[in-house]
Amino acid sequence: MATRTIQGQKNLQNINQASKDGIGGSPLRPDGNLKVRGEFAYSSDLWHEDMLWGMALRSPHPRANILSVDISEALKVPGVYAVLTHEDIPGSKYYGLEIRDQPVLAIDKIRYHGEAIALVAADHPETARRAVKKIKVEYEVLTPIVTEEQCLDPETHGYVHEPHEYKSHAYGNICHEQKLVSGLGVTDEVRAMADVIVSGDYEVGMQDQAFLGPESGLAVPAEDGGIDLYIATQWLHVDREQMAPVLDLPEEKVRLTLAGVGGAFGGREDISMQIHACLLAQHTDKPVKIVYSRDESFYGHVHRHPARMHYEHGATRDGKLVFADCRIVLDGGAYASASPAVVGNAASLGHGPYVIPNVKMHAIALYSNNPSCGAMRGFGAVQAAFGYESQMDKLAAELGMDPVELRQLNAMSEGDFMPTGQQIDSPAPVVELLQRAKDMPLPPPLDTEHLDVRALPGALSNTSHGEGIVRGVGYSVGIKNVGFSEGFDDYSTARVRLEVIGGEPVAMVHTAMAEVGQGGVTVHAQIVRTELGVEQVTIHPANTEVGSAGSTSASRQTYMTGGAVKLAAEAVGRALIEKGRRRYGWTHQDITLAGGKVVSESAGVLVPMVDLLGDEAIDLTREHHHRPTQAFDKETGQGFGHVQYTFCANRAVVDVDVELGLVKVVELTAVQDVGKALNPLSVVGQIQGGCTQALGLAVMEEIIVRDGKVRNASFTDYLIPTILDTPPIPVDVLELPDPHAPYGLRGVGEAPTVSATPSIVAAIRNATGLALNRIPVRPEHLTTEQPG
Amino acid sequence: MEFLRPATWDEALAAKAEYPTALPIAGGTDVMVELNFDVHRPSAILDLNRVTELTEWTNDGSVVRLGASVPYARIISELSGPLPGLALAAHTVGSPQIRNRGGVGGNLGAASPAGDSHPALLAAGRDVHVEAASVRGTRLIPIDEFYVGVKRNCLEADELIRAVHVPVADGPQQFSKIGTRNAMVIAVCAFGFALHPKNGTVGTGIGSAAPTPRRAVEAEEYLQGVLAERGLWESGELLGTEVVQRFGELVKAAASPIDDVRGTADYRRHALAVMARRTLTWCWNDYGKQIRSAA
Ligand SMILES: Cc1cc2nc3c(=O)[nH]c(=O)nc-3n(C[C@H](O)[C@H](O)[C@H](O)COP(=O)(O)OP(=O)(O)OC[C@H]3O[C@@H](n4cnc5c(N)ncnc54)[C@H](O)[C@@H]3O)c2cc1C
Repeated sequence: MATRTIQGQKNLQNINQASKDGIGGSPLRPDGNLKVRGEFAYSSDLWHEDMLWGMALRSPHPRANILSVDISEALKVPGVYAVLTHEDIPGSKYYGLEIRDQPVLAIDKIRYHGEAIALVAADHPETARRAVKKIKVEYEVLTPIVTEEQCLDPETHGYVHEPHEYKSHAYGNICHEQKLVSGLGVTDEVRAMADVIVSGDYEVGMQDQAFLGPESGLAVPAEDGGIDLYIATQWLHVDREQMAPVLDLPEEKVRLTLAGVGGAFGGREDISMQIHACLLAQHTDKPVKIVYSRDESFYGHVHRHPARMHYEHGATRDGKLVFADCRIVLDGGAYASASPAVVGNAASLGHGPYVIPNVKMHAIALYSNNPSCGAMRGFGAVQAAFGYESQMDKLAAELGMDPVELRQLNAMSEGDFMPTGQQIDSPAPVVELLQRAKDMPLPPPLDTEHLDVRALPGALSNTSHGEGIVRGVGYSVGIKNVGFSEGFDDYSTARVRLEVIGGEPVAMVHTAMAEVGQGGVTVHAQIVRTELGVEQVTIHPANTEVGSAGSTSASRQTYMTGGAVKLAAEAVGRALIEKGRRRYGWTHQDITLAGGKVVSESAGVLVPMVDLLGDEAIDLTREHHHRPTQAFDKETGQGFGHVQYTFCANRAVVDVDVELGLVKVVELTAVQDVGKALNPLSVVGQIQGGCTQALGLAVMEEIIVRDGKVRNASFTDYLIPTILDTPPIPVDVLELPDPHAPYGLRGVGEAPTVSATPSIVAAIRNATGLALNRIPVRPEHLTTEQPG
Repeated sequence: MEFLRPATWDEALAAKAEYPTALPIAGGTDVMVELNFDVHRPSAILDLNRVTELTEWTNDGSVVRLGASVPYARIISELSGPLPGLALAAHTVGSPQIRNRGGVGGNLGAASPAGDSHPALLAAGRDVHVEAASVRGTRLIPIDEFYVGVKRNCLEADELIRAVHVPVADGPQQFSKIGTRNAMVIAVCAFGFALHPKNGTVGTGIGSAAPTPRRAVEAEEYLQGVLAERGLWESGELLGTEVVQRFGELVKAAASPIDDVRGTADYRRHALAVMARRTLTWCWNDYGKQIRSAA
């Protein structure tokens, strides 16, 4: 075949024009319209002929000894195929994300309200529900260990896990701890160096991820004795790693395919019904579907750690920070989940994006009989940000300084050191982010002439026609890490295949990345368009046939799996050009791929890809590893612990009905550096979503637990913001490239969730003059529960 | 589970007589949630959705007879003139989807202390009645007597709610509700208030702050007394902060709230006093304007 060369600059210009749907463009999500129309298939919509329905019996008590379990009556219910307890588990009886301390089904002991004890498989969910009610469990109910004081005094109150059962470095109901000292630490001499010292005790309630798609999936037994699981999760491979030993199968016989995910936010990082469905499928040799009901979902996944924090900051009279001392106590609940990593984040990020010469930190996660807590958007950085940002406002007030100026005076920038000793080696525009947030025009004051009740606190509940309304403005800034830290190699794998389909070059991207709404499926196609110069890109269903993509968490997927897609696409591109060189003997040094063609800058189009490929495909897989990190020293917290840092600043404007304690957030501005916006529309969406979740934590979202029991396991009483609670969120995006990251990008999803909450609380303080040391701020905190 | 679908009101009454344990379903916005959460497993369900009379209302100029199943959305769009308090309450119920399905009959059937219709109905006058019917006949139950306990009303097992009779407003009415978010929220507490200049009375209704919705009787009597003694109905003059304050205190005293996940008892009392003061002020300002413009 002869080389067809189209000569002429004009043609080349057209061809070389980057695809508008490549990186930097904003193609729409492939699943967007389906979701809006209600046509998207979620994991709860899965169906298989002859399938059974699985259901779990859960404990009504937070702490108890199980004296006996009698399944005989349940087994007699017509339509019931199996009733399983831990005794029926073929392999290991424990699993866990970081520490395998959680029984698949309770063994002799109950450690939290809602712990699964037994499983039923039946031909109909109603049958399963009835059978579950027929399982008889005799409990010896024990007083739950639920407060910090109780947890830290095991001699008196007992152990959640007996010390001989500890699977890691736990001791005395402390699941994990991290200390940190930098500079001179915080001693009496250091304290004496400060002109002003402010301290405070802060509390964060238990937030839930509140995803709308309940935990669900379908396990199908395979002929080879293995199992296929269709599942909504955040990390297929880590699920498999925990599942295989329990099912007593080699990993390759446990095959997972991602099903439609209805939100995640960290709540799907842990195993929920995966193992249960597979055990039932193994046992009955039939496909088994499990879908949690809404209340079961609240029991069935981990939450954000509630926190109690003590902060002390010292500064000179002109506002320079001298020291910071902090103790963070996170309630990890019954099982470890991600507690160790959350503690690591709280400790290492817990002083915020500030340069502080002398630092002390002690962060712990407790074992308790409260619900287990683990990953949630912001991961340990959220709680701490409420502490340190509250402190910054307190310090500014004490010094009579402007709160933004105080922050800017102490803000870190590139080249500065974290309290862990890690140097910030990419842009850290904290000063500028704050300045931009401050410089944005303020929304107009409340229009008392033409009142629209919908714009007031209480809205259509008609509580005010302007009475009692006071406006407040607050600022905050936060820091979050991107990617897994402390020496963990959370690499990602991607496979890219290029071939001719229907007379066009088409690329396919295959990864195990869980698309949970972050937009990876859009971004992967954009990367391939840019790297390979083809328009048609398809996304293969995510499954375990390809290597791990790591977790969709820690703001890492675009960086990590996006990075892997870039590597694989580049490799395919090189292979394609190499093929051309071999076939046509090209010697050009300026070959690129564009517009579906192989192009030389100097010689023009060398060959259409279609001709070069013929009926061969190029199919290559690559792994992307970020630069290595180090564990933190247990005592000093020193170490090159994090892959990348990300910063967001916010300004909140609120109207508070100070008589009724009702709050309306009027506007929530966000300014964030994203390195490079691969898809600007998605980036803004992530920032607005992150801000909204932060707003929820500031003023309404809390799982209320009393004596270890969850009191509001439903969306009737676990409130998340509605559109009337969600203000306009102007977003200002900076793109300062990080030289260590693919395309210079910076993970986006979590930083606003870390930073926005404190700005809202600061604005409410500004309106009311109240201290507000606990979030979520409730109406009674602004009214009847205030001293005086 | 039996599923009964009467086509007419008479068939519905006959079905309820035959299956007294059958659970009526209108909009289903309470019933379906309870079934889903496995709160009950009724032996039979009596679907009222084919009974078209229930979705109709009439207004004879003095009383609105509001069919049990007229959805909130229509109360807002069609009845905010004659029933302003109830329409304001309807505005605060759930979301557009819920307001399209749910109605006052279901709210009364559920008899939750947090139901938003109740404070508005209690405030709307002494002549508000629930029209309950059975094969045995029809009775008009005064609204005060309708609520008998937490989520309990005084319907007999064979009775269904046909309609509510609500006097057409002859003065300003208001409704306020506290929720910890700005829409789609179950009341932490709520308050309904109405002025009835024709007979010189005022109406109040407290929601979510006692085992049942209830009136603040002493507050009503106090205010009626002041309005009569000082000739304020005639003059429309300002009430003065002392009266407003006292009214708020008496409303607060009428409540007997508890602490629960939605709020504390203290807060509920406090918020009721604030809402009472505000709704009274709004209504009285409107009334004063009416008097002055009529003069
Ligand atoms: C998301 C959501 C939000 C909500 N928000 C609110 C809110 O803000 N405020 C509020 O007050 N409520 C709220 N509700 C509850 C519910 O919508 C209301 O109580 C509504 O008025 C019920 O009306 P329905 O027609 O749907 O009743 P259904 O669910 O059909 O019935 C409710 C009860 O009344 C009985 N019943 C119905 N019709 C009759 C009849 N004709 N005769 C005798 N008994 C009858 C039923 O048997 C049942 O016990 C909410 C519900 C949901 C799901």
